Amino acid sequence: MKKGLIILAVGVLLLFIIVWNIFLVEKKPVAPVQEKQPERAQVKTEDGKALKVGFVYVSPVGDAGWSYAHNQGRLAVEAMEGVTTSFVESVKEGPDSERVIQNMARKGFDVIFATSFGYMDPMLNVAKKFPKTIFMHCSGYKTAENMGNYFGRMYQARYLSGMVAGAMTKNNTLGYVAAFPIPEVIRGINAFTLGSQSLNPAVEVRVVWTKTWYDPATEKEAAKSLLDIGADVIAQHQDSPGPQEAAQEKGVYSVGYNSDMSAFAPKAHLTAPIWNWGSYYVDIVNQVKNGTWKSMAAWPGMDQGIVALAPFGAMVPADIQKKVLAMKTDLTAGKVKVFTGPIHDQAGNVKIAANASAADKELLGTTWFVKGVIGTTE
Amino acid sequence: MPLWHSCLVLSGAVLLSLGISAAMLAFQDKPALEGIVRLFLGAFGSIWALEDCLVKAIPLFLCSLGVAVAFRLQIWNIGAEGQFALGAIGASWFALTFKGLGPLVMLPGMLGMALFAGGLWACIPAVLKLRMKANEIIVTLMMNYIAILFLDYLVYGPWKDQESYGFPMTPVFSPAAVVATTGSTRLNWGTLLCFLFGVLIWIFLRYSRLGFELMASGENVRCARYARLPYERLVILVMVISGALAGCAGFLEASANLNRLQPSIMVGYGYTAIVVAWLARLNPLYIGLASFLLAGLRVGVENLQLDLQVPAAFGSIMEGLILLTVLAAGFFNQYRLGVHKK
Repeated sequence: MKKGLIILAVGVLLLFIIVWNIFLVEKKPVAPVQEKQPERAQVKTEDGKALKVGFVYVSPVGDAGWSYAHNQGRLAVEAMEGVTTSFVESVKEGPDSERVIQNMARKGFDVIFATSFGYMDPMLNVAKKFPKTIFMHCSGYKTAENMGNYFGRMYQARYLSGMVAGAMTKNNTLGYVAAFPIPEVIRGINAFTLGSQSLNPAVEVRVVWTKTWYDPATEKEAAKSLLDIGADVIAQHQDSPGPQEAAQEKGVYSVGYNSDMSAFAPKAHLTAPIWNWGSYYVDIVNQVKNGTWKSMAAWPGMDQGIVALAPFGAMVPADIQKKVLAMKTDLTAGKVKVFTGPIHDQAGNVKIAANASAADKELLGTTWFVKGVIGTTE
Repeated sequence: MPLWHSCLVLSGAVLLSLGISAAMLAFQDKPALEGIVRLFLGAFGSIWALEDCLVKAIPLFLCSLGVAVAFRLQIWNIGAEGQFALGAIGASWFALTFKGLGPLVMLPGMLGMALFAGGLWACIPAVLKLRMKANEIIVTLMMNYIAILFLDYLVYGPWKDQESYGFPMTPVFSPAAVVATTGSTRLNWGTLLCFLFGVLIWIFLRYSRLGFELMASGENVRCARYARLPYERLVILVMVISGALAGCAGFLEASANLNRLQPSIMVGYGYTAIVVAWLARLNPLYIGLASFLLAGLRVGVENLQLDLQVPAAFGSIMEGLILLTVLAAGFFNQYRLGVHKK
């Protein structure tokens, strides 16, 4: 026993000495932040050669949600002439995504779209190594010479869907099944709440965090917990139609997300804020083809059709439809902005002053709920 | 059984699972043979691919090595995932608290904290098992959720980067806190650490007296107690080693691959480690091999997706198939087929 312990102690000591030495020897010659030399310069596509466009998705494309919507966009690109596309689905954020993006660049893809927030830093790392490949990252905030970022003003469509929900609720309680407390989701909840309050000031929105993007069972359970506390319209910021099914089973209404989810809950589905990536992706790929692409941070909205409202369910009365569509016209024309003051936070403090509207930078970093939301952003 | 026999059985099992996979490809109207070839090319067909596999194999190897040590004593540590998280948290704490340190103090400090945090986290179920007879399978499993939620709490709360637009992540570590990569490759020096730990554990299990006691106690606890082997102390020891190794994996992942702490560090290495440990029959050398091959499978499937647009789920199915056939093949290592004579 004693001998074993001594051997172990010596071993651990040796280990530490060796480890220490590794770093000692190795740290000196290597600069702290290493800029690796490019492995292979990419050849810019000449006219006549097919442009290769790659997509990286965070969930399976069959999810009817986020990745499904992006994949619809990919199919639009695929239909273009002189363009081929491919994708890798269910790619975990973090180191795995860096490998996938890097391998796409190595394989000679000319444009790579990465469609999840966590792909931002990995993509930036790869972008530095492949200066001739064009990288497009969705939902982040970093850019580089050859890397742009883009997103859509989904909050506009969420506002409209909130109007419908606010008008349809009977006990003034809306349930919102939400993924993660990040600005994108919080902003959506705020817009939804403001929309519902515009037609029904008494409404309150109860939020449950699932900490998942795509987990049908968990998300359905979360919706049920909201139904149990009296919510009679269920909205969601999730990629699975789980919450829709929960609403339909309980016989109440629901608001979908990402794509028209009415097929999953025809009796419950009021409408859904949806993504239309197709035209945007086609536009970007055309820019690359014509050589006019430049790095940018794009945040297009309803005016460019990147976000929209799914068709209304038959249960939505015509006068409400009319009000929502009128608002849609105003939003699209830029006459109205969703986040125009006075807007209060949950504690009643004025966050956006009367007649002022929130700047984009503020919106991108929203970490507080508006008044009327029951829940915390933690 | 001679060695060639078990080799034959093993390769037969792998071939069988590949055959079933090929059949599934054909069923989806994809070229079956080409698919398998592309899978291999994607995983092992180039220097880059080998690099990628090694990078991916590092956390798998360390977690699996730890799990295997505990399994030797028949202590079922399902908690490598949580211990991995705690290792990452410990290392990040050190990196974020002592920002100004040079790499000479920083990296050993981070490693030390990771080993300590992972080991301590694994110590809790061991103590609960010994003091209160709490089943370690359930306790370690449940503690995974606690660890992950704790990590979430830190990155959504006190450790959140003020400049990240509200996204959950810590600030980027100082350059001194990043384990460097070797030359122009993606491989980091953690590979060497893996090698070191592997050899140490192998020597420990094979040649040390403690290693023998461990195996003996694992085979029969009552016998071990009768022989006055210190079973309680062994339980604590294996759990601490197990947790420390998983913690080391967390440190390397946070430092070398992410350069910060964020929720996406948790991708299930701790659970895959259990698969690896079983495939490798708890032998450190085979664990190295198995984690490399499993990493290769995951990397290769991405190539398959990109070239043939096979669904991502195909990779998980193959993984399951290989585990199933290889474990089932164990039957043929213990029994021989023969004709029953009357």
